Amino acid sequence: MCYHTTINGTRWTFHDLKTLLAKASPARSGDVLAGVAAQSAIERVAAQMALADLPLKTFLNIDLVPYEEDEVSRLIHDSHDLTAFEPVSHLTVGGFREWLLDTRTTTSHLAALAPGLTPEMAAAVSKIMRAQDLIVVAAKCSVITAFRNTIGLAGRLSTRLQPNHPTDDSRGIAASLLDGLLFGVGDAVIGVNPATDSLQDYVRIVSLLDNVRERLEVPTQTCCLGHVTTAIQAINLGAPVDLVFQSIAGSEKANRGFGISLSLLAEANDAALSLARGTVGRNVMYFETGQGSALSADAHFGIDQQTMEARAYAIARRFKPLLVNTVVGFIGPEYLYNGKEITRAGLEDHFCGKLLGVPMGCDVCYTNHAEADQDDMDALLTLLTAAGVTFVIAVPGADDVMLNYQSLAFHDILYVRQTLGRRCAPEFEDWLQRTGLADVDGRLLEKAASGAIGPAIALIETMEA
Amino acid sequence: MMPDEPPDRNNQLAVTDKLARLRRFTPARIALGRAGSGQLTATGLRFMLDHARARDAVHAALDFDTIGQSLRERDWSVVHVQSTAADRAEYLRRPDLGRRLSPAGRLAIDGQQRGSDVAIVAADGLSASAIEINLLPLVDQLRRLLLAQGLTMGPLVLVGQGRVAVGDEIGELLGAKLAVVLIGERPGLSAADSLGAYITWRPRVGMMDSSRNCISNIRPAGLSPEDAAAQIVGVVELAFKHATTGVRLNDLRGTEAISAVGPRE
Repeated sequence: MCYHTTINGTRWTFHDLKTLLAKASPARSGDVLAGVAAQSAIERVAAQMALADLPLKTFLNIDLVPYEEDEVSRLIHDSHDLTAFEPVSHLTVGGFREWLLDTRTTTSHLAALAPGLTPEMAAAVSKIMRAQDLIVVAAKCSVITAFRNTIGLAGRLSTRLQPNHPTDDSRGIAASLLDGLLFGVGDAVIGVNPATDSLQDYVRIVSLLDNVRERLEVPTQTCCLGHVTTAIQAINLGAPVDLVFQSIAGSEKANRGFGISLSLLAEANDAALSLARGTVGRNVMYFETGQGSALSADAHFGIDQQTMEARAYAIARRFKPLLVNTVVGFIGPEYLYNGKEITRAGLEDHFCGKLLGVPMGCDVCYTNHAEADQDDMDALLTLLTAAGVTFVIAVPGADDVMLNYQSLAFHDILYVRQTLGRRCAPEFEDWLQRTGLADVDGRLLEKAASGAIGPAIALIETMEA
Repeated sequence: MMPDEPPDRNNQLAVTDKLARLRRFTPARIALGRAGSGQLTATGLRFMLDHARARDAVHAALDFDTIGQSLRERDWSVVHVQSTAADRAEYLRRPDLGRRLSPAGRLAIDGQQRGSDVAIVAADGLSASAIEINLLPLVDQLRRLLLAQGLTMGPLVLVGQGRVAVGDEIGELLGAKLAVVLIGERPGLSAADSLGAYITWRPRVGMMDSSRNCISNIRPAGLSPEDAAAQIVGVVELAFKHATTGVRLNDLRGTEAISAVGPRE
């Protein structure tokens, strides 16, 4: 099946659907690396024009990765809800964009539509949307999840506190954790990326986080971001596991590179649910994704990286996660070269996730070999918050001393709350007020912090390394 | 600061002072204080300086002539080659090109004696200063320890615009049983001079990263070059004993002392 468009008498041909999608993608280094990007600016627009004329239904008849070979394709196909798809089934991709933007299309329409959309439909429409389109539509989406607090309510922005340490030193982790709590950060999750993937360290880290959370009575959840198999082993040992974490990607082959499958994720989900540790909800999974992960595992099947990324969200929504985030600037300049590409990708990932019904957050971040800096991160944070991002990640002073990249600083969270008025999860906000860290408007109070801090520091100083 | 808020300002300083006691437990940037929602001026500028150092390290060109000269003075046989990446901009965008030798590079290595036990490769990677600072003390100690094991070494191959996997092609051309690739790591804010060592059994083009072992954070203030040499030789010894590296070697050892390389290079 070929796709065509004619511009000023020149006929542009795209010989299959994945070529059309790839050439219609806004420019980024990863698609050039994969050899699938448009060869010229005009070819890109030609592809976008042909894509805009494509009936949305087309995606129900063509699996980009063969159904027989790929369990992600099977999941997408088999879980598609035709009834939910009905309101937009007659539209082209271009018509769908206008339907999404229409002010008569409301939050409840979008929530009802989500199970009727495939990741490829979301990716396709995003490719012909400007940044402001991605923002205004995502801001209409509502995805609410809960564990010990409620994430994703209107007017809220949650945060992951990421107190990483180069050698997983318990006191070092606790020190960064306390620093973040005093900034009111950590309502989405307090989550540590471990330096090793040993079971022993995993159990020590979740026990440490749980201990601090209980002692300070923080209504939030904790997580050690080890491998899912380690989490299952830890649960079997009786460790206090709130959320099970896993990196996921958009094809079975890419997931095999991560050492996972859908059945393994189901096993982990069941194990975490069996602990029944949530107090206000039962969403127990936490997933990370990122454009380029399928290509880096040579598991992209000639498909552009943004479409592959959206396919990962089909896996995420299958397991009703508490949190999902793209690690947008982490994977490196060979996939997203500079601040402009990182910004675009962050908005696309958030939009596609939300449209598909996923509680989408973002690690607003960059590495030192990307052409990006703090100004780019300020811009992306501001744009994502306008788009209603579920949560963002923050570390002390924007410097992750374990993973060696820059995420947001705790300060940046205060900035965006002050500027755009977003508040943290209500249960967490109550805790901040109860402990005297914040006033009734959610503003941090310095006076209270100095009183509350002594016992917490004493606790950390008596810990073992 | 508003004139009617000095008590809060003082309290904030008190909080920062107390938190500062925890700095001894972590290199993280805790207890920074703040100006409203922003960072203090000095703290913000310090961050800019650290980022500038990291950026400069990524883009600095390694002075191969000087480093080659120093190696030859220490009786190393040195071959200097380039990957197929033409310059830094292409290197950053096209990791595939940094993994393969230029045609001239292939020729230069083809002319070398084949069949040694260990091929040693040093590539600029993402930090020229990592090589400039750490390479000489590391390879001198490495040579001593490998010779003590009775292992033979080929020439030391210096690679410009090289990625880890370029060592596969070099090791294959040299017919080496094992390759040790020493490469500048992606600079972090706290260290821009960190070297990584990647050890691969039976190197050949197209190997998976999961078939290597990695020793990371080699720098004067981290894992010292001398200690790193000992750790590398420890892995090399095991690799020769079990005839493998990477995940398989880890499985055989059942240990966390050495880490296999994940999918994200």
